[in-house]
Amino acid sequence: MSHELVNPVPIKHKFFTPGVYVLIVIALNGLVFLMGRFFFGLGAVTNLNDQYPWGLWIGVDVAAGVALAAGGFTTAAFGHVMHKEEYHAIVRPALLTAMLGYTFVAVGVFVDIGRWYFIWHPLIMWNGNSALFEVGICVMIYMTVLYIEFLPIVTERFIGKVNLPGLLTALNKPADKILRLLDRGLSKTMFIFIIAGVVLSTLHQSSLGTLMVIAGPKMHPLWQTPVLPLLFLLSAVSVGFPMVIFESLIASRSLKLKPEMHILSRLGSMIAPLLGIYLAFKIGDMFIRETFVYLNEFTTASVMFSIEVVLGVIIPLRMFLSPKVLKSPPLLFTASALVVFGVLLNRINNFVVAYTPPYSTESYFPSFGEISVTVGFVALLVLAYRFIVMNFPVISLPGQQTAQPKKYTIRGVEK
Amino acid sequence: MSGKSRRDFLKKSVAIGSVATGLSASTAKAGPKNILSEDRMGVLVDTTACVGCRNCEWACKDAHNLPAGNLDSYEDRKILETKRRPDQTALTVVNEYPHGKNSNLPVDVKVQCMHCDHPACVSACIVGAFSKQENGSVIWDTDMCIGCRYCMAACPFQIPAFEYDKAINPLIMKCDFCFNRTKDGKLPACVNICPVEALTCGPRHELIKIARNRIKRNPNRYVNHILGEYEVGGTSWMYLASKEFKELDFPDLGKNPAPGVSESIQHGIFAYFVPPVSLYALLGGIMWITKRRKELEEEEKI
Repeated sequence: MSHELVNPVPIKHKFFTPGVYVLIVIALNGLVFLMGRFFFGLGAVTNLNDQYPWGLWIGVDVAAGVALAAGGFTTAAFGHVMHKEEYHAIVRPALLTAMLGYTFVAVGVFVDIGRWYFIWHPLIMWNGNSALFEVGICVMIYMTVLYIEFLPIVTERFIGKVNLPGLLTALNKPADKILRLLDRGLSKTMFIFIIAGVVLSTLHQSSLGTLMVIAGPKMHPLWQTPVLPLLFLLSAVSVGFPMVIFESLIASRSLKLKPEMHILSRLGSMIAPLLGIYLAFKIGDMFIRETFVYLNEFTTASVMFSIEVVLGVIIPLRMFLSPKVLKSPPLLFTASALVVFGVLLNRINNFVVAYTPPYSTESYFPSFGEISVTVGFVALLVLAYRFIVMNFPVISLPGQQTAQPKKYTIRGVEK
Repeated sequence: MSGKSRRDFLKKSVAIGSVATGLSASTAKAGPKNILSEDRMGVLVDTTACVGCRNCEWACKDAHNLPAGNLDSYEDRKILETKRRPDQTALTVVNEYPHGKNSNLPVDVKVQCMHCDHPACVSACIVGAFSKQENGSVIWDTDMCIGCRYCMAACPFQIPAFEYDKAINPLIMKCDFCFNRTKDGKLPACVNICPVEALTCGPRHELIKIARNRIKRNPNRYVNHILGEYEVGGTSWMYLASKEFKELDFPDLGKNPAPGVSESIQHGIFAYFVPPVSLYALLGGIMWITKRRKELEEEEKI
């Protein structure tokens, strides 16, 4: 039964559409400012200063990027560790999102740190007390794990189809042999990487929350709490499925595919409890520390906090409880988009809005250059996703038996 | 006269202190060097004595090879009208505030790194470039720094600065307690030049005694608070003042060390790698059981 649902094929569609051209322009605009950053320094492009050392790039490219790539580990835990095979069709798209997401997190860090050519230093210079060190190491290892998890998709694409041009045709056979060898080795060992991926994710998703704990009173009390790591982990877990739904519905619309509503609705039905747990801890923490008093004031912090909780958690929570929402693609999309927005805003709030340094004369707002680079990265990410699903077997077409050999459908966990 | 002899005593004690700390065996944990020596040095800043001459600013720049200009140019007091913060061009600055109790003179406050006893920057630095040295100074290894600026986000006093205008080799900049001088028993450049004894350098525990004494002898002159004695677990640099420190732009910090909570969370998650390894084992177990169950179901069908 499950094999009918899992049938990933490269999607045949025109790559260049008007939307794609717009994305290319946005990406190029970002690259221009990126060059400015590398030629003239961080100060030339960003609004960062000694009071505000971290801004949009850390808040969105890194922190939100990691959170929104959580779909990779939640679906892996669900589909592979718990063997819910009916969900395997969405594991690959989620894996691709996670792989691309983490790649851009790494690029985001590379761009943000002042001495980018020393980005490898944490590999050999360790500081076990530093939450950032833990995040850095976990992200590096997890990114490697994601690439390994993606490898079977590459081998599947090319086994028996290696066709090198010109003089290299002589290498076709050896290349095919290597791919087959790799494939066999991977399918026997994949379970190690899948579990490692889940463990690494829980570790660094939570440690990302520990990052700002050390800032102490510099962070607004609405967000500053010792349970930040738990809140970060819970919000990452609850945004995993909404992100998968969000991205799956966009992809099926853009690539003119029928949305896989039978899976997405069932995924959607699990989001409400996860959001509920997150909300319970968030509100519970607020009452234990009695920070609700700050909501009486009308400040940027209180407004942003309210938007984050009401629009990003409570409303989608209510929506996901309704069967009508779960069955309707537009409503399901709206609810999922709200959760994604809520977590994005939460990370921005934690790293940018909540951060109030003691001697700032004016508050930080990202420069046009910073926004351009971030938006440019998102555009590049979408383009890369589009390119990969058109050339590799990632998205499953339900019902059609254009199938790949059965052996390759569910990799690594079956045998 | 007595001032002169006290200064000599303190100069000597710096030398003795640095020798003593050099001998005292110190065991550093894995990670960056973070030593809390009994004889660590400190500086007591008496803001009631400071006249705002800003000679310390000049001496600091001079000692750190920063463009310092002419010492005479520092006599211009106009600059004191705006509040400044230490940055990449000046590792220490003097700010002026309206007078405090029982005096008509303005209050001048020298600002620089506090050299915490439990420094947030040492705990936060991703590569462990920061270290707390035996003589009390908090310094960092520029060659290790990757420029992530987490130290700046972590510092409770918002001290580290960064060279944002440099594309290549931007540096973190802050007061290093003149480590190159103090490690040899010399005084920091600012203490050395101070013409009015506003800065007193010596072993930290001695300085606390001196500060308490001053408050006891002149209760009208000082508020009864040594800033830095207990703040964020204690700092090497400490302040006396004639008015509340809040009014002098010092952040209101508790007594708990800044890295305390984050380090206990961090060590809780990674207690000897037990939690991650158990999670791995647990997930492996679930994976095996669910797989087995699936297989049994398939067999039953056949």
